[in-house]
Amino acid sequence: MRPFNLEKVKTVAEISGVKSANRQLIAGGTNLVDLMKKNIAQPETLIDVTSALSNNVTFQKEHLTIGAMATNTRVATDKDVIEKFPLISKAILAGASPQIRNMASSAGNLLQRTRCPYFYDITTPCNKRNPNSGCSAIEGNNRMSAVAGYNDQCVAVHPSDFCVALAALDANVKAVTADQKEIAISFKDFHKLPENTPWLDNNLPSGAVITDIDIPSNKFDKHTSYVKLRDRTSYAFALVSVAAALDMSGKTISEARLASGGVAHKPWRWYDAEKFLKGKHATEDVFVEAAKLATKDLKPLSENGYKIPMLQGAIVTALKNCVNQ
Amino acid sequence: MEGKEHYSRRNFLKVSGLLAAFAAIPVSVKAFYQDVKQYLIPKKNVSRLTLSINKTSHTLYVDTRTTVLDLVREQLNLTGSKKGCDHGQCGACTIHINGERALGCLTLASMAQGKEITTIEGLANKGELHPMQKAFIECDGFQCGYCTPGQIMSAVACVNEGHTNSVEEIKEYMSGNLCRCGAYNGIVQSIQKVAAR
Repeated sequence: MRPFNLEKVKTVAEISGVKSANRQLIAGGTNLVDLMKKNIAQPETLIDVTSALSNNVTFQKEHLTIGAMATNTRVATDKDVIEKFPLISKAILAGASPQIRNMASSAGNLLQRTRCPYFYDITTPCNKRNPNSGCSAIEGNNRMSAVAGYNDQCVAVHPSDFCVALAALDANVKAVTADQKEIAISFKDFHKLPENTPWLDNNLPSGAVITDIDIPSNKFDKHTSYVKLRDRTSYAFALVSVAAALDMSGKTISEARLASGGVAHKPWRWYDAEKFLKGKHATEDVFVEAAKLATKDLKPLSENGYKIPMLQGAIVTALKNCVNQ
Repeated sequence: MEGKEHYSRRNFLKVSGLLAAFAAIPVSVKAFYQDVKQYLIPKKNVSRLTLSINKTSHTLYVDTRTTVLDLVREQLNLTGSKKGCDHGQCGACTIHINGERALGCLTLASMAQGKEITTIEGLANKGELHPMQKAFIECDGFQCGYCTPGQIMSAVACVNEGHTNSVEEIKEYMSGNLCRCGAYNGIVQSIQKVAAR
């Protein structure tokens, strides 16, 4: 690990005052410390923001506000989250280990880097780690890689479970820019596809600091499910995951939300399937149709073709779980 | 005389001149190395920290890169917490920070000031083993023992959190601690035994 300065700040305003050509914020450190040990992240200055950002989870005026520093455990076990936004709790508890959930912050979860094996192997080319060096995964070990939204520059997937639920529930990311302006980014626009800048994971302006995650009230409190399929039963990243939430009136689906992890460079919403489900009777046949519709345009790589039937099965299972609650 | 040349004034000056030059080299090489080092190798950043570990306050000089795991093992000789993967994947370094389980290998010591850290060494009470430590012995909760300190710290937290309602729940909430000997059944039994009290 490269030596670095550690600056502790008490307010968000102080962060922009820390002058260093190569600075990074640190909260839980569960991803960043690991990246620093592997010399993938080499900051000159680390800014400890643990005392500068809120760790509260509050429900007021029909909005859930999750402070940037609220740990994954704190969010997953919050009474309002479990009652009104159970999908969030289910997704978080499907990820990482209890130790990591106790340490990891909410904003850090959004900003974590991909777990593509080539991103972690500094002896191989990787556009995300070393811009314009090439992508090793396209022709290499890509069984965990993307099946949608990728290009020839990057096939990495976003590793978060929490973010899949946030995408499904149309959250907003609130941040303060380097010149102290408050901004809000809708979750669907927060993470980005590789485009021509695969080294950037999201659209957060340079120097901006996430302060809160906001979720508006919704009717998805009764029928939700998070299905995560992975190499072992627990404590592994998703091969594919599905967050499903239904608003039901009787046996009819009034509104549906469907999103996936392990599919693309960003949490992936299945908008066509959501539209298809709206107004339909909740039967297995309808779910199978929705799953086929969702996955019809996916383009698997050399080693991840298995993800298509796996996704179809996961979507059907998640929707069935929603109804059987 | 043949041997006279060996002791000539010219030879003496040559040899002593060379020796003086050689003697000067280390000084100039060292100075050169120091100059280059400034540019090539970033300077270590050491600061004075006060940490509370197992209810004892320790004041130490610590490199910013030091993790809590390295600090307790290398500087305080508390070698109970183990370094397995050093990347947050195995749980062998599990400790408690403010009573909650966390990974020592991913916690920077400089960020742990003002927090109460408990390692496996802090679990026994006045020489008497913690009930979970006893249960691990009674239920064969280990074979080689390398993962055991982390398993026990995690198991204590698992019981405190109340995630002991079924074998499945215990396994899910202990999934951050790997055991390559496969002593999982004994570990689950140990947790059930303590939870039943």
